[in-house]
Amino acid sequence: MSSVRVLVGTRKGAFILSADGKRTDWKVEGPFFAGWEIYHLKGSTVDPNRIYASQSSSWSGQVMQRSDDGGATWNPVDNKFAYAGVPGTHQWYDGTAHPWEFKRVWHVEPSLTDADTVFAGVEDAALFKSADGGATWEELKGLREHGTGPKWQPGAGGMCLHTVILDPSNAARMYIAISAAGAFRTDDGGKTWKAINQGLRSQYIPDPTAEVGHCVHHVAMHKARPDVLFMQKHWDVMRSDNAGDSWHEVSGNLPTDFGFVIDVHAHEPETVFVVPIKSDSEHFVPEGKLRVYRSKTGGNEWEALEKGLPQKDCYVNVLRDAMAVDSLDKCGVYFGTSGGQVYGSADGGDSWMPIVRDLPAVLSVEVQTLA
Amino acid sequence: MTEGVQMIRVALPFHLRTLAKIEGAEVRLEVAAPVTAGRVLDALEARYPMLGGTIREHGTGKRRAFMRIFACEEDWSHESLDAELPEGVAAGREPLLILGAIAGG
Repeated sequence: MSSVRVLVGTRKGAFILSADGKRTDWKVEGPFFAGWEIYHLKGSTVDPNRIYASQSSSWSGQVMQRSDDGGATWNPVDNKFAYAGVPGTHQWYDGTAHPWEFKRVWHVEPSLTDADTVFAGVEDAALFKSADGGATWEELKGLREHGTGPKWQPGAGGMCLHTVILDPSNAARMYIAISAAGAFRTDDGGKTWKAINQGLRSQYIPDPTAEVGHCVHHVAMHKARPDVLFMQKHWDVMRSDNAGDSWHEVSGNLPTDFGFVIDVHAHEPETVFVVPIKSDSEHFVPEGKLRVYRSKTGGNEWEALEKGLPQKDCYVNVLRDAMAVDSLDKCGVYFGTSGGQVYGSADGGDSWMPIVRDLPAVLSVEVQTLA
Repeated sequence: MTEGVQMIRVALPFHLRTLAKIEGAEVRLEVAAPVTAGRVLDALEARYPMLGGTIREHGTGKRRAFMRIFACEEDWSHESLDAELPEGVAAGREPLLILGAIAGG
């Protein structure tokens, strides 16, 4: 029987939640790396026992961990993330030039074809690659040297490269997103990059339709339809039907189009999930109600999903990497909150249950569907 | 000045002991005289490579901002890593204390 393993990164450690295919009885293991911030951990689809984790703290900086047994044991791997050449400057919050400085790894993305190959999106924004299971890291410098780097600026969380999407149909193509620069695409395995922000409109930058400077919060793709992308921007939910060459807004009837997470149903490429957040000034769900919104039409028409979720006195946030879907039938959907709850749905979002209620603030959620 | 190879005692913060899977409160390291914080960290990182970058930065080699170094009840955080440590540490009577700054939660 199939089973699922949910990998949860929190402000104070990592947790692994596991269940059989019914997804009703859950085993909670952890904390792993207790006391450290775990921005992200993710397993390889090639070898599900191979999991990479980003471990960091303000005191001791960045550590990278690797498990080869599904998270039972871990070993540190290389933590040297050296920018290639002289990294130059980006914009600081006040518009002045600020030197590029490595701070942490926000996202790890294992290769779809090789368990030893993994990408790391870092702050200050850059993309690194390891081809030896994390033993060494090398920057794919073509992104940072795109030419617009001096115009990139940090969002409230820092100038982070937080999203890495690999195209399952084209090994040379990948997408990344940076707050606050925007989305970029490579078609040559990371040597050169194109800013793909046409159609985005951001009122908080001097030129609302500039090539870069947009605070993209997250991007999602369905693997069966890799040219269609969905984006949760700072404000606005967007869609592209041409691999990011242009975007159009699909916020439709959402109560607010500010938010962080966005994800796509495992079996229905037009079914999309978001969690609207009240505003960029009030980072919690509107009206004290935790509601996931689902569109079955690829955007514009959204329905509130609230069965099993708190509908009063709830003021949590759901961060950009804190939602994931499994590939069971029916599709499971999972998300974690700033209040330490991890909710799961075993029926595509129709109903929800808390898997665990009292973890540290959740930073990321990934799920592995195991045979 | 202490001469030869000295057995130095180093006390690490909880999280770094956990990271390096160190049992016990202190690590003992052989360090060639003159004993400096830099040489102690060289020996520490050679034995425990996973501690590289956690006390001093990769690349610059600078002490990380929230890490503190104390020797014989003196704050050694702002001394050069090449400065010779007090005789009590160099002779192994006192541990070199590496601490995380009291900050945040």
